[in-house]
Amino acid sequence: MTPGPQAHVTTRSTYELSHLQALEAEAIYIMREVAAQFERPVLLFSGGKDSIVLMRLAEKAFRPSRFPFPVMHVDTGHNFPEVIAFRDQLVERLGERLIVASVQDSIDSGRVREETGPRASRNRLQTTTLLDAIAQHGFDAAFGGARRDEERARAKERVFSFRDDFGQWDPKNQRPELWALYNGRIRRGEHVRVFPISNWTEMDVWQYLAQERLDVPSIYYAHTREVFARDGMLYATSPHIELLDGEAPFAASVRYRTVGDMTCTGAVRSTATTLAEVVAEIAATRITERGETRADDRVSDAAMEDRKREGYF
Amino acid sequence: MPAVSELLRVATAGSVDDGKSTLIGRLLHDTKSILEDQLAHVAETSERRGDGYVNLALLTDGLRAEREQGITIDVAYRYFQTGAAAGAATGVATGAAAGVAAGAATAAVELDASAASFRGGRKFIIADTPGHEQYTRNMVTGASTADVSIVLIDARHGVSEQTRRHAYITSLLRIPHLVVAINKMDLVDYSQDAFESIVAEFTDWATRLALSDVSFIPLSALRGDNVVERSDSMPWYQGPSLLYHLEHVVIATDRDMDDVRFPVQWVVRPMSDEHHDYRGYAGQVAAGVIRPGSEVLVLPSGRRTRVAAIDTYDGELELAFPTMSVTLRLEDDIDISRGDLIAGADEPPTVARDLEAMVCWMSEQPMRPGGRYAIHHTTRAAKAIVDRLEYRVDVNTLERDPDAGTLELNEIGRVHLRSSTPLVVDPYARNRTTGSFILIDEATNDTVGAGMIRSAR
Ligand SMILES: Nc1nc2c(ncn2[C@@H]2O[C@H](COP(=O)(O)OP(=O)(O)OP(=O)(O)O)[C@@H](O)[C@H]2O)c(=O)[nH]1
Ligand SMILES: [Mg+2]
Repeated sequence: MTPGPQAHVTTRSTYELSHLQALEAEAIYIMREVAAQFERPVLLFSGGKDSIVLMRLAEKAFRPSRFPFPVMHVDTGHNFPEVIAFRDQLVERLGERLIVASVQDSIDSGRVREETGPRASRNRLQTTTLLDAIAQHGFDAAFGGARRDEERARAKERVFSFRDDFGQWDPKNQRPELWALYNGRIRRGEHVRVFPISNWTEMDVWQYLAQERLDVPSIYYAHTREVFARDGMLYATSPHIELLDGEAPFAASVRYRTVGDMTCTGAVRSTATTLAEVVAEIAATRITERGETRADDRVSDAAMEDRKREGYF
Repeated sequence: MPAVSELLRVATAGSVDDGKSTLIGRLLHDTKSILEDQLAHVAETSERRGDGYVNLALLTDGLRAEREQGITIDVAYRYFQTGAAAGAATGVATGAAAGVAAGAATAAVELDASAASFRGGRKFIIADTPGHEQYTRNMVTGASTADVSIVLIDARHGVSEQTRRHAYITSLLRIPHLVVAINKMDLVDYSQDAFESIVAEFTDWATRLALSDVSFIPLSALRGDNVVERSDSMPWYQGPSLLYHLEHVVIATDRDMDDVRFPVQWVVRPMSDEHHDYRGYAGQVAAGVIRPGSEVLVLPSGRRTRVAAIDTYDGELELAFPTMSVTLRLEDDIDISRGDLIAGADEPPTVARDLEAMVCWMSEQPMRPGGRYAIHHTTRAAKAIVDRLEYRVDVNTLERDPDAGTLELNEIGRVHLRSSTPLVVDPYARNRTTGSFILIDEATNDTVGAGMIRSAR
C-alpha cells in the first residue's frame, strides 16, 4: 500500500481524477451542502464500513474544525460487541459528539413491541427509535451511508431524499435533483436523508478504506466463531437468537460483509485476514452484499422499498 | 479492474418501450456485472410474471409500481467497471471480460496501484431514465450530470416525439456526447436500410441542435447485438460496439481548464485556540486550474487577491482543478461568504440580476409569469421573479411559440427572470455549474424549474 492519498495530484500531467477521487470530491461537496443548508444535521453511524467512510469524508470536509453536527448510533441492543467498542473508540479519537438512540428504551417506554420467537429481530423496530430520536433532537437532515448499488429500491433514491413529517419516503414522487443543485428546503417536522456515498460501490468502499488506511471492526476479517445455518446463511449464536429444531451450532472461520443487527446479519465463510485478502475475496464473489448476508431483504420482492417508505435508513 | 480508473456518467433516454432498461440490463449482464443472486431473482420474477424470457429490464425497474406496470418511473443508477486497456487491438469484448475475470487475481495488487496505471479502465455510472413523457423531469434529473447520453430509437418506429424531446433536452443540457442507439434491429431483420433511413431522419432533424459529438449504433438490446460485442448479424456495420464506444469516448477535454470558477460553499473558521486565525473557503472547483499565487477576483464584490494556499485534509496542494473539493486560503483578509464566487481575473463571469434562460418546467402547477420563486444558483440562494416567457419551444418541430404565455409540466421555453440579489453567472454553454439554476416553489418547497442561462445583465 504505497501511495498516500494525495500522491496523485501533483504527479499527474493531465488534469484528471481517478474514480475514487471524483467520488470523494462529490461526497465532500454533498456534506458541506448539508452543513450550509440545514440547521441541525446529524450523521447516522452504524460502526459498519460505509459509515466509517462517512466519518473520514466528514473529516475531509470540515477539518480543522469539528464536525458541524453530532454522530448518532441507533443501538438495537443486539449489536456485535466488537462494533460497539469500535464505535466508542473512533468517536473518542475524533473528538466528536456521540448520541446513542436505544431500541431497548423504545421497548421499555412502550413505543414498540419486541418481536418474539426464533425469528424475532429488532431490525424493524429501529425505524421508530430513529424517527423518535430525529424528532426529539429536532434534526432536519440525517446523513446515511446507504449506496445505490446495494439494493434496487436504493438504486432509485435521490442524494437528498425528502421525508415527510411521518418520516415517510414517497418513491413515486421524488423531487427532481439537477446537476449538483441540491434542494434542502423543508418545513418544520420534515427532514431529509442525505446519502453522500450514493454512487459508491462495495468495491469502491473497500478500496477507499485501503487507500485511507482506515480501521474497521475486527468482525470484517476472518475469525473463528460459533455459528449455525439458517435459510442458507450462517448466523452467530448469541443470547438474542433462539435456535429452531435441528439447528446445530458449529465453529467456522467467517467474516462479515455488512454490519447490522446480529439477528438478521449473516456471516460468510472466509480465510481473509488482511484488507487485501478481503478485497480479493469480494472481487471474486458472485453474490451481492445484501443477498449474501441480509435476511431482512428476503421477506419479499420489495422488502427494502416497504421499509424505506416507513422511514427506515 | 485497476484501482484507479476514470469515472464516466452515462444516461439513457428515448421513448417508452424503446428498450432503455433492457439495454442497461444487457450491458450489465454481458460485462458480467450482475451477480448470481440478482440474476436468479430476475429470472424468477420474469417466470412468475410470465415474461417468457429473462427480462433484464427488471434489473433496473426496482420499484413495486414499475414492476407492476412494466415501465420505468424514476431514474435508477447502476454501476459497472471494465478494464479494457485503451486502444487494445483485441477489441472490447475480451477487454471487458478480462477485466472482470481478472478482478480477483489483481485485487491484491490493486491496492498498490500508482498513478502510472491510471489509464487502465473506466468506471461507469449509468442512469436508466423513464421514457414516459409524464416523467420527463426524472429523465432530466438523470441526464443533468451525464457525460454521455444514449438516446434509443425503436428501429420499427423510427424517430418519435419522445426521441426528439430527449435529443433536444440532451442538447439543451449540453451533454457533450450523444449516442443514438437504433434498437430492436432483430425485429427489422437487421436491415441496413432501416438503420440508414433512421440515421438520415434523425440527422436531418438534428441539424438545428447544438450537438457536438453524435454516433449512431444499430443494436438489439434483447439479443445483445453490438452491445458489448460486435454482432455477426450486421456485417454492413463497421463501427464499434456500444461498450467499446463508451470505453473510448474522450471526456478529459470536456471541462473548462482555462478560467477559474470556484463557488464558495462553506467558510472554514475553527473556533479552537490552535487554529484561531485560520480562515479558509471550501468548495468544489467548477472550472480552471488553481495554484498558490493565482490572481483571483472575488465576486460579486470585485475585490482582487491571490491564492495563498490550497488546503485539504491530506495536506496542501500545488494545484486544484475540476471537480476537486478543496479549501482555499487567500492572501488578503476579505469578507467572503457562502454564495460568493472566486474567479480567475482574466475572463470573469458576469454579475447580474437580469437573466435570460432556457427553462424546463417540472411542476403540475404551470409557471406563473410575474410570479416569485426561490432560485438556487451555485451555492447562492435568492429569490427570482419570472418576468415573462419569451417563447415556448415545440420539441417536435423546434419551432418557437411566442404566444404561449406560460409553461406547463415538462414544457421548455425561454424565460426572462429578475433575481433579488446579484448572481455571478456564465452562459450555460460555457460552464454547466455557473450557468445553471433551479427554481423552487416557496409554498411547497418543490423544485419546479431547471434553468440554463443564455445571457445575463
Ligand atoms: N425484440 C426486441 N425487443 C426488445 C429489444 N429491446 C427491448 N425490447 C423489449 O421492449 C420492451 C420494452 O423494453 P424496456 O427496456 O422496458 O423499455 P424502456 O425503454 O426501458 O421503457 P420505459 O422505461 O418505460 O420508457 C420489453 O418487452 C423488451 O423486452 C430488442 O432489442 N429487441
Ligand atoms: Mg425503462
